[in-house]
Amino acid sequence: MSITEKQKKEVTIRFAGDSGDGIQLTGSQFTSTTALSGNDLSTFPDYPAEIRAPAGTVAGVSGFQIHFGSRAIYTPGDMCDVLVVMNAAALKANLKFLKPGGIIIANTDGFGKKDLSLAKYAPDETPIEDAKASGYIVIEIDVTKMTRESLKETGLPVKAIDRSKNMFVLGVLYWLFSRPLDSTIQFLKRKFAKKPEIAEANIKALNDGFTYAIATEIFSERYSVDAAPIEKGTYRNITGNDAIVLAIAAVAKKSNLPVFLGSYPITPASEILQGLSGLKHFGVTTFQAEDEIAAIGSAIGASFGGSLGITTSSGPGIALKSEAIGLATMLELPLVVVNVQRAGPSTGLPTKTEQSDLLQAFYGRAGEAPVAVISASSPADCFEVTYEACRIAVEHMIPVMLLTDGYIANGAEPWKLPEIDKLKPIDPRFEKPRGNGQDDHPFLPYKRDDNLVRPWAVPGSKGLEHRIGGLEKEHETGNISYDPDNHQRMTEMREQKRELIANFIPDQNFDEGNDKGKLLVVGWGSTYGSIKSAVSEAREEGLDVSFIHLRYLNPFPRNLENILRNFEKVLVPEINRGQLSRILRDRYLLPIESFNRVRGTPLTVTELKEKISEMCAG
Amino acid sequence: MSTQKTVNGTKTNGNLQAKDFASDQEVRWCPGCGDYTILKQVQTLMPKMGVDPENIVFVAGIGCSSRFPYYMNTYGIHGIHGRAPAIATGLKVSRPDLSVWVVTGDGDALSIGGNHIIHLLRRNLDINVLLFNNEIYGLTKGQYSPTSPQGLVTKTSPSGSVDNPFNPLSLALGANGSFIARAMDRDPKHLQYLLERTWQHKGTSFLEIYQNCIVFNDNAFGPYTDKSMRDSTSLYLEDGKPLLFGKDEAFGIRLDGCRPEIADLAGGKWSQDDLWIHDEKDRNKAWLLTTLFDDNTQAGKLPRPFGVIYAEDRPTYEQLIQDQITASFERYGEGNLENLLTGEETWTVK
Repeated sequence: MSITEKQKKEVTIRFAGDSGDGIQLTGSQFTSTTALSGNDLSTFPDYPAEIRAPAGTVAGVSGFQIHFGSRAIYTPGDMCDVLVVMNAAALKANLKFLKPGGIIIANTDGFGKKDLSLAKYAPDETPIEDAKASGYIVIEIDVTKMTRESLKETGLPVKAIDRSKNMFVLGVLYWLFSRPLDSTIQFLKRKFAKKPEIAEANIKALNDGFTYAIATEIFSERYSVDAAPIEKGTYRNITGNDAIVLAIAAVAKKSNLPVFLGSYPITPASEILQGLSGLKHFGVTTFQAEDEIAAIGSAIGASFGGSLGITTSSGPGIALKSEAIGLATMLELPLVVVNVQRAGPSTGLPTKTEQSDLLQAFYGRAGEAPVAVISASSPADCFEVTYEACRIAVEHMIPVMLLTDGYIANGAEPWKLPEIDKLKPIDPRFEKPRGNGQDDHPFLPYKRDDNLVRPWAVPGSKGLEHRIGGLEKEHETGNISYDPDNHQRMTEMREQKRELIANFIPDQNFDEGNDKGKLLVVGWGSTYGSIKSAVSEAREEGLDVSFIHLRYLNPFPRNLENILRNFEKVLVPEINRGQLSRILRDRYLLPIESFNRVRGTPLTVTELKEKISEMCAG
Repeated sequence: MSTQKTVNGTKTNGNLQAKDFASDQEVRWCPGCGDYTILKQVQTLMPKMGVDPENIVFVAGIGCSSRFPYYMNTYGIHGIHGRAPAIATGLKVSRPDLSVWVVTGDGDALSIGGNHIIHLLRRNLDINVLLFNNEIYGLTKGQYSPTSPQGLVTKTSPSGSVDNPFNPLSLALGANGSFIARAMDRDPKHLQYLLERTWQHKGTSFLEIYQNCIVFNDNAFGPYTDKSMRDSTSLYLEDGKPLLFGKDEAFGIRLDGCRPEIADLAGGKWSQDDLWIHDEKDRNKAWLLTTLFDDNTQAGKLPRPFGVIYAEDRPTYEQLIQDQITASFERYGEGNLENLLTGEETWTVK
């Protein structure tokens, strides 16, 4: 039988298996090899909230999706072309993500009687045969048997041999997509440097999987995906949470400020605390607090002491911190609050994504408590946005809320390494200690500069002793004041200070399309990839649609209103019940339309494109 | 910015005096409030510490006691209810060179802030906690607190409080506090001594101060502060000395196994040699001392101890953190940002 070689512009593969099957590792290895082959790509892990749900059940299925291509890739893909399933439960949980006529690579050893029963298939059901009958191409491989065969001479116990099953499957896929094996071989050598026999076994399974695919002619087609036109530079793969870790280390280095992270573990933000706890030699101190309130309290204490205080959490944790965010607003100290949003309310869907904390970020505090709000649009974007959040917090003496979400926190994409010298300087406004001279004017802790920013007077500085607190303060002196006019003035000044940040952020630019026309799509946060793909596809079809994606949410860029007024219609797609759309309507009194889904998953390109076509037609 | 931990009784921070530590703000507690005495005693202590005012920070939460930082001419933060230990922890971890004080009350520390005080104690940061206990909510004008005795009639307990009160010192010891002491506002000299000890202890010092709220719970500690009763109700502890109390020290406390009992020294049955000798470092005995918590409005009860109940030397949290930071620099050198950003695997697009 001859094998047809086919060129593909883009492919989406979904790996699925038991939590213990090594799915995430298989996915990340396929990702590395794909990146090294020059494709653009986007990935998304999809794992259960339970750490180890019962083996073989649908609840225990872990998934990993990668979308790669020879053109620009913005999302992990709505539906997949190839679905790899290690057992019956994985098929049951994931068949809905496979395109009609797509390829299923099934480990037949995971489809025994017990597996079918654990996956809650009826005793007489034959899911593999049913899939074939539904028009899917099913490649059946007894991976367990083949791996045991491959490694029988290693002398390793069966349990250890079975752990190499994922490498056998990866070998098959490398053949199918014409990929080299060397990057994964190098990885295995590094990972198992202290257990060379395990490294050798995994490498053999990988090689044998590749050879098996050639020898058995189980495939009639083989695919190749050319390199994508990517901007020149050096790249690495990165998740959103890792990008935040790196940005905070960069801030510590570039600002010469000690950085203090007070945090309490919470899904999906914990990786930031974990990552930074190993970076003490970068000038970052981490403190795992007893609760969310102590986490932000400690960050505020550190900021008072002259560090940049940061706290990281997710929606429910932010709710607990809101009183302390109000305090930081009154103290006018730098503070960065990172909210890696998840589906809510309450515990909600802790491992699933949502953008439903925008209104909380804007308004979720007692009193008039203006904070700055900024958001990241993709895993790689988290680096620049975190750096910006820290810069604004320090230079404007204000709490900054940084919004990301579970999708970009765990999702990964290629990131072009930044030039360290080109990172903006961060310039704290420290007040100088007083000497013993007669000329020293008295220190006024709330005397503001042109941008209404007060000085940062750090303990240890002679002559600047002062007391600050949550009680309203008198203009300039900072003493407690109950004066009505003073409260009006201070309330306005705190708000005005936040508004003046608009002078220190760039104007909004267009991501797609012209600066006037029929339809403008406005996005923020992790919906970037879906909107970008949908708009560019719609434009290829000749629709009059443009796209802007907001990074700075409060204050907005100065030119935003003008942009909005240049379009007949404005559409705001969000993974919530319509939060940015509400804010924009409130601020600009424009008939802005919402597109909303709250399913714990990213918006799909297909549904968005339909909405865009509908609005352009009307 | 160095802080010296020795108290030699003389002014070592220049020629500063107690009044130099008073801020220019008008003190606004009710006339006759116990807080005034405590403020004066703290201001009296300050010059003795040998620490410049710019290296001292007072941190407070919410409540009458928590206004304290505004009246000190040092750095200060008046935070939010119950969270002073959290704020102080972030400050001390990031600035171990500073002398950090937390001023709190029974509601602030033991009710809304209960979770923070216990974690501060177990971590053992070198922070001095002054807990003004008046067994009532004063700033909100008279509701029962977590230390109010059962049966106390207040605005929210018109039929008497049914809450079982905390024993603050048992709680502090149970949370692994390394320094636990009790003082009263009406004995300023003894308070001054305990403030010195609080300052001297390296680790979290927990000093409970019985403080009279003249408006909402006047005379709550009358049995101890009233000089006519004090002899029979109050036990002043001294390290290495037998537990003696009563007029002319006519009584002592002895241990019958693990059970403390009153020994009448005049009766001829017991002499001072039979008494319990106070050992600040003995954790088991400290536990028993904290349980001397009888209602001393009735005669014949075991007296309540004042003084240093327990003092233990153990590493401070900030020191352990600093050690790890030092080790991290020794092991990896100064962090190289370029290497960090690059990570393990990169590719170049030409």
